[in-house]
Amino acid sequence: MLKLFKIAVRNLSRYKRRTLLTSSLIAIGVMFVLVFVAASGSFKYIMIGQITDSMLGHLQVHKRGYVASIDSLPLTLNLSEKAEKKLEETMEKIIDIESFSPRIKFGGMFSNFIETTNIRVNGVYPEKEIATVPLFLSRIKQGKKSIKEGEILIPELLANGLKVKVGDTVVVIATNRDGSVNGKKFVVGGIIESVTGPGGRDGYMHIKDAMEVLRMEEMEISEVAIRLKDFSKLNAVSNRLDEMMSKELNKQGKPIFDVRTWEKLSPFYNVARMIDVMTFFIKLMLIAIVLVSIMNVMIMAVFERIREIGTISAIGTKPKKILSLFLIEGFSLGVFGAAIGNILALGIVFLINLVKITFNFGRQSGLVLSPSLSAGDILWISAIVILVSVVAAFQPAFKASRMEPVDALRHV
Amino acid sequence: MSLVNAENLTKVYTMGEIEVKALQSVSFEIEPASFISFIGPSGSGKTTLLNLIGCLDKPTSGTLKVAEVNTSELTHKEAAAFRGKNLGFIFQDFNLIPVLTVYENVEYPLLIVQNVPSEERKTRVISLLKTVGMTDQKDKYPDQISGGQKQRVAVARALVTNPRLVLADEPTANLDSKTAFMVIDIMRQMKEEFGVTFIFSTHDPKIVSEVETVYTLQDGMLIGRAQGKGGRYA
Repeated sequence: MLKLFKIAVRNLSRYKRRTLLTSSLIAIGVMFVLVFVAASGSFKYIMIGQITDSMLGHLQVHKRGYVASIDSLPLTLNLSEKAEKKLEETMEKIIDIESFSPRIKFGGMFSNFIETTNIRVNGVYPEKEIATVPLFLSRIKQGKKSIKEGEILIPELLANGLKVKVGDTVVVIATNRDGSVNGKKFVVGGIIESVTGPGGRDGYMHIKDAMEVLRMEEMEISEVAIRLKDFSKLNAVSNRLDEMMSKELNKQGKPIFDVRTWEKLSPFYNVARMIDVMTFFIKLMLIAIVLVSIMNVMIMAVFERIREIGTISAIGTKPKKILSLFLIEGFSLGVFGAAIGNILALGIVFLINLVKITFNFGRQSGLVLSPSLSAGDILWISAIVILVSVVAAFQPAFKASRMEPVDALRHV
Repeated sequence: MSLVNAENLTKVYTMGEIEVKALQSVSFEIEPASFISFIGPSGSGKTTLLNLIGCLDKPTSGTLKVAEVNTSELTHKEAAAFRGKNLGFIFQDFNLIPVLTVYENVEYPLLIVQNVPSEERKTRVISLLKTVGMTDQKDKYPDQISGGQKQRVAVARALVTNPRLVLADEPTANLDSKTAFMVIDIMRQMKEEFGVTFIFSTHDPKIVSEVETVYTLQDGMLIGRAQGKGGRYA
């Protein structure tokens, strides 16, 4: 086999220019795909990080029906204190959960006593919220980086629209689950960066203040955001938690809890999927490039060496060995092209990291693109290229192996 | 027991609607360790006959046995295995593999076709290169040696597998007289030493004067058989 490799490589070096041209084409294709995978992957994970670490958490648990409810932030679908305690006990048994943050969410009116607008309020335990969404504090653009009782963090959108500053007194009015209306004065403790989407009107207050506004006598939780120690275990932890919580049934015998990953809660998941689809099509283009170029080279190689094929066949080389010889040539071209492409891609990724390219996403600016290539990416792309190279070489190789020596020797 | 036995061998080529009879009812027997030549003008069927004997092609009708094997019954794969084991080929244009050195060209059939162990391979290749006088050129590529040298390498390649029969199609056509005689001498020496049968297709009088038996072909028919001896064509 080694000798066949030696002959194949020598045959490739016989037509240096053509081999270099084909290898370059494959190398450029591999490089392009790898750089795209690295850059789009970096973009995707920065975005996922921004969404999960600043607002959503990795997982969320609601009362079943809460997310699907036609009402926005329904107070009638909160988890009872007992249910929330049960959930906490279960989560403490899962070592992969780093932290969790119970939230009371409600919609209300926000007024500066001159103008009034609507607001979405999150009542949180500050320490738990910061532990679960660590980028939360970095979103506070003005004021103290904390949430104190009697204070409210308001989104930039409202602060600018109603010309409210840190230290101003405002009022939040809300209807509780029984339909009665209550209001409470707050001091603006800080102004928080708005996020893209409905969360752009989200304000934050202490959970005790939220209970007071909603006149809750017992704690009721709208959602529990969860942070994992290792994001790659997202689906495993989600499934495990779901399995454990599905044993808790309501009076109708249906599960009380609804466990969802960030993917089922954020519209950005579709953008992430779109990036994956684009990556897939880019890979398809690479396959087409490799397929066409290798097939072209191998067809030429067979055509130019018909007499030689006749000779080796005449002296007793079995069809299988002739097939192998040409397949190895295709394989070697693929390996060579992939190797050069990998080196180029690693070089370009290194350069991008050196230059530190920044970009904006939604209201976040100055995000640094930090592409990286995993061994898995490199091996996977290389394997595709090499496999396609062998497949592309198969037809010409098969033709060569089936050639009648008498016809091949007669070829001029 | 004859090495080659042909009975009523016929080969017809179809070119469009025209049928060309390349060989017509040719019958002959060749004994082991013979030095034979088929002669005749161009188109007489010499190369076709050699192709049939060499299992490179199949007869349209008739029987052909080589080393007691009915070659027309062999599949593509079996024919390749049979050639690798029993036959050696020498071509008019030498047909050396350009990417292999002289040594590697001779080694090729042992390595790729017969899977002979490394040590034995080396011994046989070196021995044959010595016999054909190409030891000092063993690391050169075919494009670095002369036509005569190429044909000597081709002879070594044909003989390295210890074949029972070597088929040589116009082996001296591209060589000058001196080199042609040298190559014929080597082949005769191999025949004497190892008992290999050589069958030539040629119209080169140099070969004709050296062979033991001369078969004459004309228009695809065998029209004569004569003894040739020590340069005297009878």
